[in-house]
Amino acid sequence: MTVKTMAEYMAEGKQPEILFWVGSAGSYDDRAKKITKAFVKLLNAANIDFAVLGTEESCTGDAAKRAGNEFLFQMQAVTNIEILNAYEVKKIVTACPHSFNTLKNEYPSLGGNYEVLHHTQFLQQLIKEGKLKITNNSFKGKRITFHDPCYLGRANEVYEAPRELLKELGVELVEMKRNKRTALCCGAGGAQMFKEPEKGDKDVNVLRTEDALQTNPEVIATGCPYCNTMMTDGVKFKEKEADVQVLDVAELLASNQDL
Amino acid sequence: MNYLPNILFAIALVIGIGYFVRNVQKLIRNIKLGKDVDVSDNKSQRLKNMINIALGQSKMVRRPVAGFLHVIVYVGFIIINIEVLEIIIDGLFGTHRVFSGIGSLYGVLIGSFEILAVLVLVSVIIFWVRRNIIKLKRFWNSEMTSWPKNDANYILYFEMVLMSLFLIMNATDASFQAMDSGNFISQYIAPWFSGLSENSLHLVERTAWWIHILGILVFLNYLYFSKHLHILLAFPNTYYASVKPKGQLDNLESVTKEVMLMMDPNADPFAAPEEADTDEAPEKFGASDVTDLNWTQLLSAYTCTECGRCTSSCPANLTGKKLSPRKIMMDTRDRLEEVGKNIDANKGEYKDDGKQLLGDYITKEELWACTTCNACVEECPVSISPLSIIMDMRRYLVMEESAAPTELNNMMTNIENNGAPWPYNQMDRLNWKDE
Repeated sequence: MTVKTMAEYMAEGKQPEILFWVGSAGSYDDRAKKITKAFVKLLNAANIDFAVLGTEESCTGDAAKRAGNEFLFQMQAVTNIEILNAYEVKKIVTACPHSFNTLKNEYPSLGGNYEVLHHTQFLQQLIKEGKLKITNNSFKGKRITFHDPCYLGRANEVYEAPRELLKELGVELVEMKRNKRTALCCGAGGAQMFKEPEKGDKDVNVLRTEDALQTNPEVIATGCPYCNTMMTDGVKFKEKEADVQVLDVAELLASNQDL
Repeated sequence: MNYLPNILFAIALVIGIGYFVRNVQKLIRNIKLGKDVDVSDNKSQRLKNMINIALGQSKMVRRPVAGFLHVIVYVGFIIINIEVLEIIIDGLFGTHRVFSGIGSLYGVLIGSFEILAVLVLVSVIIFWVRRNIIKLKRFWNSEMTSWPKNDANYILYFEMVLMSLFLIMNATDASFQAMDSGNFISQYIAPWFSGLSENSLHLVERTAWWIHILGILVFLNYLYFSKHLHILLAFPNTYYASVKPKGQLDNLESVTKEVMLMMDPNADPFAAPEEADTDEAPEKFGASDVTDLNWTQLLSAYTCTECGRCTSSCPANLTGKKLSPRKIMMDTRDRLEEVGKNIDANKGEYKDDGKQLLGDYITKEELWACTTCNACVEECPVSISPLSIIMDMRRYLVMEESAAPTELNNMMTNIENNGAPWPYNQMDRLNWKDE
């Protein structure tokens, strides 16, 4: 798999078209790494000049900020901005809505100004421009529901890009009762991913999985590594893992590319 | 000529409006207890938001039943108030239906008021039924007991009585009925009083007229103590609400200063703090009490009308956690009122009462249950952000008290040491490429 770092580009005296911000989940989490690779396959298939920061990348600080640790967040932000600016990065694409939101909205006032896209937005552009083609479509006609990640949807009002991609695949897109701006959280945001939930009568991811299962889907599609984990756990909790897959939109596209 | 009614009316008007103005001043004083925040940006976008969301009720109608009924009550309230202008002139100058001189238009106006009054009456009754008979879940959450529950019903009773009095006043007004123009509804009520003598009829009409206008003055003064303040504050609140993407949290400037100093290779780590700084207490990070919040957050606490759309969409609340975004707003207002009363009782100066918003009103358990998903912010029909208050209080817990849950402390230590929320080596960050 061809993945070059910014340092390698710089050594060649070149500048890539985009920086792919992998994010912590995409770098370390076994499930999320598959999403990372699927996206890279698509980038390679579309002949996109892209680079990653590799070992120079560090957590954006989203979870720290939302846990209330503004110090740690800003330390992370300033460190990352120093590196991004040193490489003169202009355009960033990421498969994590949390990185997307933080880089896009919270870095500018600390000196980091970039064009930031979620991978579903970027993939939509590639298809529109004809750089990426849908072939061997095994998901055609399959019943798929899309779970809106909060930090992509409500937080930044990106509702259509992932749905447009699913439509490109010719799937039968079924909406949950709570969708788009009324979509229910998966339960991972605001640093909840890293702690036990407070006492209650149900876990949020189970409630959201129930929303999804009501649509009788073959696949629950999403666009966030954390949502992916939560929904996967929810499907297991409901003992439906034999019938229902949880996949990132990038994985749906990549599995059809013979990559 | 007998001027007594005119004088009594003038006195009632002065007392009613005077007391209201006094309470508005107190309201503004309390809101200004909040920290200053720059909201002078994006004026045209803010104006647009106010026009769409407050004036145009755009977010109310997202829930069609409640939204539609609310629009009726809202439009009715605004339009029927034109009639109040006539009542005030009549009351002060001893005239009777002073606007009736404008001819047939008067009939059209009063007629439309009458129709609206009936529609409002019906809507308000449906609201009452939704609350008390159907018992919609969001009106029966744990924070909706005692005063909040009664307050909501009192408002509905007020409106029912005011609308009924308006119709009775018209129905028993012999000269108005004789005009037979604009009495669209009241002509059907008039026969109920047909057995009365001319004098008794006049007495009923005068009584209805007086209770109606006095009721309006009482209602005006009730606002300050009620969730009903939203009829006024929805406008400034939608104007001053955040115009940034919902996902964007503010970056604390006080922290930025410290971070920049830490990152500056030329900074002298042993330098004594500058003279000027020593007098000032270092700024508190985050919020533990209402005075640590900014004034737009305090304004929004007074604006909240406790409709509970936020709570009914909150993932934490839906799964049985203690967090209710509505309660966050109600607690903030209650504590702010307490601080305001404290200031009043102590000649304009706040005396420490050993209480604060954190702990005495809002518990850590509530704060840590939030997923920051913005569902509450998205739902609020008047652009309140309970999330911003939750975040400021989490900041206090973490940065001033180091009181994060253990697992979160581990996560933060990992970020500090490894640049990831998990304990992996930063040097392994690109390993996925070859796996």
